Amino acid sequence: MRAHHVALTCLAVLATQAGADEALDAKALYEARCGGCHALDADRTGPHHAGVYGRRAGSVAGFAYSPALAGSRIVWNEVTLERWLRDPEALIPGQRMNVRVSDPAERRAIIGYLRAAR
Amino acid sequence: MTTLLVPARRSFLSSSGKATLSVAAIALLAGRADLASAAAGDAARDVDILNVALGLEHEAINAYQLGATSGLLQKPVLDVAVLFQSHHKSHRDALITTIEKMGGKPVAEKSINDYAKALNAASLTSQADVLNLAARLEMGATNAYLGVIPAFKDHNLAQIAGRLAADETMHWTALTSALGRPLPTKALSFGA
Ligand code: HEC
Repeated sequence: MRAHHVALTCLAVLATQAGADEALDAKALYEARCGGCHALDADRTGPHHAGVYGRRAGSVAGFAYSPALAGSRIVWNEVTLERWLRDPEALIPGQRMNVRVSDPAERRAIIGYLRAAR
Repeated sequence: MTTLLVPARRSFLSSSGKATLSVAAIALLAGRADLASAAAGDAARDVDILNVALGLEHEAINAYQLGATSGLLQKPVLDVAVLFQSHHKSHRDALITTIEKMGGKPVAEKSINDYAKALNAASLTSQADVLNLAARLEMGATNAYLGVIPAFKDHNLAQIAGRLAADETMHWTALTSALGRPLPTKALSFGA
């Protein structure tokens, strides 16, 4: 029980440190965590991200979205992106991204980067 | 080639694959259509994840193809690029087989011109440019595989994602040292 608690505390500290360091370089964080599937200007495995902030979900013409994302009525903003990156399936059941960002500081940094990506 | 994944896939199909089917079958027999469709839904979701992975592998194969035929890579580096491409082809083949066995439809490869455009291959003018692109894609693929592990309903598939991530990490490490870049100073720099 106690050991458990200590381990959890250590993990939390680790996660916070990682977040603090990487928040300094949101672009590197975006490239490492999202760049396998997304680019700002090109549709790849995932849709392009330039202009995603304020865009209706599932609205990039020609991208083959899941029916769930295409049919959702969500607009991407601070709140919806936070929920999406925390757990995409909880926000839009049936989505096909399935990638989570578990650290809140990293989510904030990435959302800030998306917001600036016009 | 498929030897990388075949043992795990076999055990998946022979143990949990059948188990999934029989859970669904029993649920149907017991009049629990809700349970039956939940089991089928789990498999469909896992297939979706595998198909996104397959898209990544198609892209990696084409990126190495663009690099290998660019005339920018010198001999020992060229051989390594071709070796890494062969790994991605094995990943692709294993993913296609698994998706088909699970009753899914593997996502199709696009044309190499589509990949060239999406990856901005026209901007590559040196060996270092090509290696940089490859390192970026391998890092992204490593994190993509690590990122989807918690979403798999089937633990055998999650393990396969871990093995794929290990291959991509090995590629990234070799590319990083070929570029003369330092290794990460911090532990746990991947995933999360
Ligand atoms: C494994 C590949 C993969 C990774 C890694 C990934 N995504 Fe995605 N992303 C997708 C796919 C595929 C979709 C489309 C999902 C669908 O159609 O249900 C998507 C959709 C999205 C959307 C909705 C876009 C729209 O047009 O509605 C956003 C926003 C997004 N991703 C953000 C991110 C961010 C931020 C990251 C990095 C933390 C990330 N993604 C990492 C594959 C990925």
